[in-house]
Amino acid sequence: MNAIEAGNLRKEFKGGIKAVDGIDLEVKEGEIFGLLGPNGAGKTTTIRMLATMTKPTSGTAKVCGTDVTKDSDAVRRCIGIVFQDPALDDQLTGRENLDFHARMYGMPKKEREERIAEVLKLVELGDRANDLVEKYSGGMKRRLEIARGLMHRPMVLFLDEPTLGLDAQTRRVIWDHIEKLNKKEKVTIILTTHYMDEADYLCGRVAIIDHGKILSMDTPGNLKNSMGGDVVTLRVDNASKMASLAKSMKGAANVKQHDSSVSVAMANAGSRIPELLKSAERAGIRVDSVDLHKPTLEDVFIHFTGKHIRDQEAGAGDRFRERMRARSRR
Amino acid sequence: MSGITAVYIIWLREMKKYIRNKSRLVGNLAMPFFFLAFLGMGFNSLNIPGLPAGASYLDFLAPGIVAMGLLFSSMFAGVSILWDRQFGFLKEIMVAPVSRTSIVIGRIFAGMTSGIIQALLILAISILMGVRIPNPLGLLASVIFIVLIAISFVGLGISLASKMEDMHGFQLIMNFLIMPTFLLSGALFPLDRLPGWLAALAYIDPLTYGVDGLRALITGASHLPVMLDFVILAGFSLAMIGLATYLFNKTEV
Repeated sequence: MNAIEAGNLRKEFKGGIKAVDGIDLEVKEGEIFGLLGPNGAGKTTTIRMLATMTKPTSGTAKVCGTDVTKDSDAVRRCIGIVFQDPALDDQLTGRENLDFHARMYGMPKKEREERIAEVLKLVELGDRANDLVEKYSGGMKRRLEIARGLMHRPMVLFLDEPTLGLDAQTRRVIWDHIEKLNKKEKVTIILTTHYMDEADYLCGRVAIIDHGKILSMDTPGNLKNSMGGDVVTLRVDNASKMASLAKSMKGAANVKQHDSSVSVAMANAGSRIPELLKSAERAGIRVDSVDLHKPTLEDVFIHFTGKHIRDQEAGAGDRFRERMRARSRR
Repeated sequence: MSGITAVYIIWLREMKKYIRNKSRLVGNLAMPFFFLAFLGMGFNSLNIPGLPAGASYLDFLAPGIVAMGLLFSSMFAGVSILWDRQFGFLKEIMVAPVSRTSIVIGRIFAGMTSGIIQALLILAISILMGVRIPNPLGLLASVIFIVLIAISFVGLGISLASKMEDMHGFQLIMNFLIMPTFLLSGALFPLDRLPGWLAALAYIDPLTYGVDGLRALITGASHLPVMLDFVILAGFSLAMIGLATYLFNKTEV
């Protein structure tokens, strides 16, 4: 059975803004599935629709086999959510936050207590369970939220930007926990991220999403292979000339030109660099630097959207939220 | 899951936080105390026309200050949904498989419980300061008005919070709603010699009936028949429960 099925899912906001513009998705049970895209691509809105927090403008969505618009309580019982922004009560202890959640989902006392101990162990917060959440670090809060999302044994767990605003080491720890709970708890995980490395490391399948549309969907490996080999990036004084030169070379794929650099994908690219440099010299192009790397999801992203994910300027609202988040994550 | 359990859980969370937050508890008592001590004692020596026979200004003021404490703490309890919104916890509540109505009722119950505790403490302080209670049974009956005032203004607070995006509007509510409601309610001065326009405003103010009812039961003297106070305030509190439920059901997080 598919954990999630969405067909031509759309969400239009007031003023005609199409946040999600016709998405088709199928996520199998047990998968870790990633929605990868820049801020404002429609990732969070997609999750909000699947989690019954906002109604789709049109299209269908089934979670755990239940239509999200028909029986929202049934869908809510079968999913867990970790929101992008912190959603803990920091005047309560970690244990009380979990207890509140378990009671809201109608778990009886004995089961509640056992499960709290279990999820606390899973995210290694047992020894801090009786501290007020305001005393927790950002990473600990995140882990507690993940534990809470698992409390009522959901079939599907949504993680909206699970490592946003965390430092590199803490992100690693969170990734390990996500992998572990996917295996141990056999829970299907849908996560959104704008971190390439996160999608690459964690996800079995990734959908690249921008402007509310899915541009490509496959395993990270297949997505990278589709780039046609290793990627050579040359920084030159005449990018357009270099681009047409690269296109004429045998086996060259995905030639892209950005400002003063040209990237070209080719098999065994390392051994072809001398050839590239020679023809550049013959054409009178000055080469300032050469870079060779295995294709990453970043390259895939650039290929499909024509831009770097980091180029996306955050709007004023996003910046404000970032600040709030940074404060509350301290 | 049944609605009653959900109401209990919401109530339980608020109560835990209420008991834990000592500064809020003290803060909720400080202002009523200052009003009683400084305003009450200050005016006590003056001869104020319109007071019930045999009553001092302090006797007159005490029920009004109980109502004031309830007004402030209940509005705050209702509007505190905004804090949950700001700190994200509202989302956690909203995606749980419980009805919005039970969330509203749970919060109203919590505001009511803390309101009763606070009101009884203010009454105790007033008695220690020398306020005379002619009829202890009336004091007991006054709990009905305490409950109704609490429900009314927690409900109003939730209704307002449901229509607000963030905490920026709270100052407006404080200045343009809570303060006039308090000052017009007859908590500080007798209503029977007011100029017409001011009296009209006072009769629009729902807290007027709360203050008058409390005063009738605690000190034995009132401006309006106590049954009329009860009917109007009960009607208003039911309306506020309805409005709060309706508006909160429509919010998205």
